[in-house]
Amino acid sequence: MKEQPILEVRDLTRRFGLRTAVRDVGFELWPGEVLGIVGESGSGKTTLLNCVGGRLPADDGTVLYRTAAGPAVDMLALAEAKRRRLLRTEWGFVHQNPRDGLRLDVSAGGNVGERLMALGHRHYGNLRQAAIDWLAQVEIDTARVDDAPRAFSGGMQQRLQIARNLVTHPRVVLMDEPTGGLDVSVQARLLDLLRRLVRETGVSAVIVTHDLGVARLLADRLLVMKGGEVVEGGLTDRLLDDPHHPYTQLLVSSALSV
Amino acid sequence: MNAMTEPVAEDGYNFAFLDEQTKRMIRRAILKAVAIPGHQIPFGSREMPLSYGWGTGGIQVTAAVIGRDDTLKVIDQGADDTTNAVSIRGFFRRMTGVATTERTDQATIVQTRHRIPETRLAEGQVIVYQVPIPEPLRWLEPRETETCKMHGLAEYGAMHVKLYEDIVRYGRIETAYDYPVMVNGRYLMRPSPIPKFDNPKMDRMPALQLFGAGREKRIYAVPPYTSVKSLDFEDHPFEVERWEHCCALCGSNDSFLDEIVVDDSGNRAFVCSDTDYCGERRAQGHQGAGMPAGYGQAAADGAAPGRKGD
Repeated sequence: MKEQPILEVRDLTRRFGLRTAVRDVGFELWPGEVLGIVGESGSGKTTLLNCVGGRLPADDGTVLYRTAAGPAVDMLALAEAKRRRLLRTEWGFVHQNPRDGLRLDVSAGGNVGERLMALGHRHYGNLRQAAIDWLAQVEIDTARVDDAPRAFSGGMQQRLQIARNLVTHPRVVLMDEPTGGLDVSVQARLLDLLRRLVRETGVSAVIVTHDLGVARLLADRLLVMKGGEVVEGGLTDRLLDDPHHPYTQLLVSSALSV
Repeated sequence: MNAMTEPVAEDGYNFAFLDEQTKRMIRRAILKAVAIPGHQIPFGSREMPLSYGWGTGGIQVTAAVIGRDDTLKVIDQGADDTTNAVSIRGFFRRMTGVATTERTDQATIVQTRHRIPETRLAEGQVIVYQVPIPEPLRWLEPRETETCKMHGLAEYGAMHVKLYEDIVRYGRIETAYDYPVMVNGRYLMRPSPIPKFDNPKMDRMPALQLFGAGREKRIYAVPPYTSVKSLDFEDHPFEVERWEHCCALCGSNDSFLDEIVVDDSGNRAFVCSDTDYCGERRAQGHQGAGMPAGYGQAAADGAAPGRKGD
C-alpha cells in the first residue's frame, strides 16, 4: 500500500486585521516524521502552529488529517465536538511555557491522568499507575507523582507536559519551542528525551523553533518561514548545509554554531 | 392549606415583592430549566433588599413561584430559627401574607440554604436552593465561554481531576459539600453547598427542585423523579458522612449531625442539624443521651442549636 501523509495543510491563511500573519502556507507531515518550522520571531511560526492545532481559527485553507480510523477529515471544517475529541485523543500540543499546558495546582499524576479521565477512565488505581509509568518514561522521579508541578524545575515541568500529552498515544504532536527558556544542559536532556520518544512511539511531530541546533537534532525536514510565508523547505541537513534562499543563508550564517 | 383569612401583604408592595413582569421573566427561566434538567438558564437577577450571598437567588425563585395558598418553610443549615431563615421567612410573611411553617410535611415550598430536610419530600412540594456558584466547572476553567462549550459538548471527564486530587491528598474523596452530580445522565450540576450526605436524597426525588443563584444570575432545576448521580471512581465509590454518635436530643442515628462545642474545656455534643426533624422525633417520645452538663439550660430545653457556616 502506498503510504499517505498523516497531515496535509493547504493554503492556510490567518490575518490579524489588515496584517497577514500566515499567508498560503502548505506542508505535508508523514507518519513518524518530525517536521521543523524555523524562522525569526514574528515570522508566523507560532500562529501557523496554533491554526493547525485548532487553537486559533484560520481565515482560509484546509488542514487534512488522516484519522486512526482511516478517513481523512478537514480539521478546520469538522464539527466542534468531533474536532475537540480528536485533539484530545489523537493530537497533542506542547506549549513553550509549561504553565500554559499544565495545571500547576494539580498533582503530576492528575496532570498526566486528565486526558485519560476525559476519555472515560474511572479507576483511580489504574490512572495513578499510568501516571507513574509515564513519569518514568520522561525521566521524572516517580516518587514525585503526587507533587504539584509548581514545585518542579522548568525542565521537569516541560517533561511532565510531554508525558501529559503522550499518555493517550497521540499520532500527531505539535510543539511550540519546547526547549525555549531552558538552560543548555537541561535543553540537551530534553532533546535526548524527545528524540527517544519520537523514535520509540513513532509519533509524527511538528516542532516550531528559532533554534537551528534544536532543528538539526530533532527534525527530519525543515520549513523556513519569513513574513508569514514559507521561503524554503527541504531535508534538514540539505537545508542547513546548503541554504538556497538568501534569508535561509542569513539565518544559517547568523547561528553561532550549527 | 387554606388560611382562615385572605393573606394580606404589606401596603405599597406588589405580592411577593417583585413586580409581575419580573416574576414572569423568572418563571420563563424556571420553565426552561425544568425542561432541560441540570442546565443553567441565565435570568435577569434583580437587586433584592439583602446582600448577595444571603439567598437573593433563592428568594427570587420563591417569589416567582409562591401563590396565595402556599405554605412556606425556610431553613438555613437545616434549622428554622437561624438568622438567614428567620429573616427570609419574615420577609415573605410581610410581602405575601402567606402562611409559614416549620413543619417539612406541611410546607408546599421549602427554601433552603445548605441542607435538604431529613423528612422525605413528597410530590407537589417544591424545594428552592440558594446557590452561591452555579458553575461546577469553574474550578477547572475560569472562562465562561469555555465552560458553556464544555457543557454543550458534555466534556466532563476533567471534573474527575478534582476528585483524583482529593484521593492523592487525603486518601479518599474529601469533597464534603457541593459535591458534583450528573443530572439525567447529561448535565453536570453543582447541588449548592449541601453536604454530600444529602446528595442521595436528590436522586429521583418526588418534589420539584429549583436552584437560584442571584449574583451569578442563573437558574437551574431538577424535575421530579429525575436521576441525580454523584461522581466517583470505580475503586473509590461515592460515600456519605457517618457519625459514631446519635443525636444528643432525639437519639436519631440516621440524620445529619452538627458537632457543637458546649463549654470551655472542649466537651462536644452532636445534635440533628434539621431542627424540625429533631423536634418531631422528640414529640413522638424519642430521646437522646441529653446534652452535657455544661450546656446552657435554654438549649437543653430544646431550643435549636443554630450554627452559621462559612
